[in-house]
Amino acid sequence: MIIRRPNDILPSEITSHSVYRRRREFLKQAGALGLIAASGSELALAQSPTATKLAAKPGRYSTTDKPTAYKYVTGYNNYYEFGTDKEDPAEYAGKMKTRPWTVVVDGEVKKPRSFGIEELLKLAPIEERIYRMRCVEAWSMVIPWSGFSLSELIRRVEPTGNAKYVSFSTAADRSSMHGLGLPVLEWPYAEGLRMDEAMHPLTILSLGLYGEILPNQNGAPVRLVVPWKYGFKSAKSLVRISFTEQQPKTAWNTAAAQEYGFYSNVNPEVDHPRWSQATERRIGEDGFLSQRRKTLMFNGYAEQVAGLYKGMDLKRQF
Amino acid sequence: MGWNPGRGQLAALKAGLFALALVPMVQLVWRALAEALGANPVEAVQRSTGWWALFFLLATLAVTPLRRWTGLGWLPGWRRMLGLYAFFYAAAHFTTYAWLDVWFDPEAILKDVVKRPFITVGFAALVIMIPLALTSTRGMQRRLGRRWRSLHSAVYAAGILGVLHFWWLVKRDIREPLAFGAVLAVLLGARLLARRTAKGSPQAAPENK
Repeated sequence: MIIRRPNDILPSEITSHSVYRRRREFLKQAGALGLIAASGSELALAQSPTATKLAAKPGRYSTTDKPTAYKYVTGYNNYYEFGTDKEDPAEYAGKMKTRPWTVVVDGEVKKPRSFGIEELLKLAPIEERIYRMRCVEAWSMVIPWSGFSLSELIRRVEPTGNAKYVSFSTAADRSSMHGLGLPVLEWPYAEGLRMDEAMHPLTILSLGLYGEILPNQNGAPVRLVVPWKYGFKSAKSLVRISFTEQQPKTAWNTAAAQEYGFYSNVNPEVDHPRWSQATERRIGEDGFLSQRRKTLMFNGYAEQVAGLYKGMDLKRQF
Repeated sequence: MGWNPGRGQLAALKAGLFALALVPMVQLVWRALAEALGANPVEAVQRSTGWWALFFLLATLAVTPLRRWTGLGWLPGWRRMLGLYAFFYAAAHFTTYAWLDVWFDPEAILKDVVKRPFITVGFAALVIMIPLALTSTRGMQRRLGRRWRSLHSAVYAAGILGVLHFWWLVKRDIREPLAFGAVLAVLLGARLLARRTAKGSPQAAPENK
């Protein structure tokens, strides 16, 4: 069930203290990125205190769960290209250059082409989508993303009848990502969705969170967000989107097929072979004094997406 | 052979080590009270207590080879304390799991122990350590005599199971459990080697000593 939030104060209108403290840094970066000059229609610039705001109107599907604190959303991340500790991405991702940035879209489409990041920022009206994010490691957050449905981009390239799947490749820059030296996963990181999953309105391309452009550690400048799947499906820092007839290879599935399936839908009834997925701990809320909370089927988005998997054995096709 | 400190020096050294070994726990409690354990405090406590349990378990196992290599005859005087600290952190580790993960639900614990290999081996390591901790006193050592030694050789199994527990828990980056495993392999290997040289060349053995 979707309960719409009253549109009074968006989290984006509240600037977190940490951002405020880093305002000079943000201004400098924004200047270098040409953001200040590119005051496009969707890119409203804040007068103060940061110039990297990304205006978003309240979107559909937002949860009423309390958003996780900005410091945790941007300080506790899995982004192995920058190291495998949760604090590594916040520490090291700053080195990644996110401008200029282009995303190549090709494969089974009538109009293959590439999109510059400035163009993506203006491709469709930017909505705020407050989604639950459930990590396969059994913790979760609530994140106010800014972006638009991936279907907006897909329609523009006109997939052919052969396009059954979409694969996503992400940045793999050796000079800024020391984690690429670790043989933990195959690089560049790859993810994939079935066409109907990619077209689902819940699936978004996110360009920001908390009303600002994406911090690097969260997958700047543009990432996928698929809220009913485990977090690793939501590939970060996208550089290529390809439409294919065959099911594409995905990084975690390649690394350990028995543990991470292609679908990886959040499912409390299908445990990871090594740990239970029945419950989770909400970051910033479930501490020493509270029990773990129950994980919801499809991360609470069953009403919207269960139909995509009708007739499938979710225990086998996990 | 080696450095031979006096009684007083040794006592001070041991007291210092005792205090030092408590620091990780004091720090954890301090950070928990100050809400400085980060985004996932429960995980932080579980990781830290587990890490230190393994650390002290390996430190305990390092005593004999270290004494053999350095000739410091007073080193074994630290073994009981190091072993008890390993048990202390392992017990704290299990308690945070039983309390914060499953809220002392015996059924949930049993299910985890049976179903999840990494919990099975971790739990087994803890269970093995219980009688070792209980019989660690001098009195028990005397009472059990010869059997004490064979009972306490179970610590090797606890070490292996503890490293496996860590190994099977991590997702992909196995560097840390690998490091623990490598140290354990060296410590166990040193024992095998010592035993072989003692057995294989009975003539030469006295000269080596």
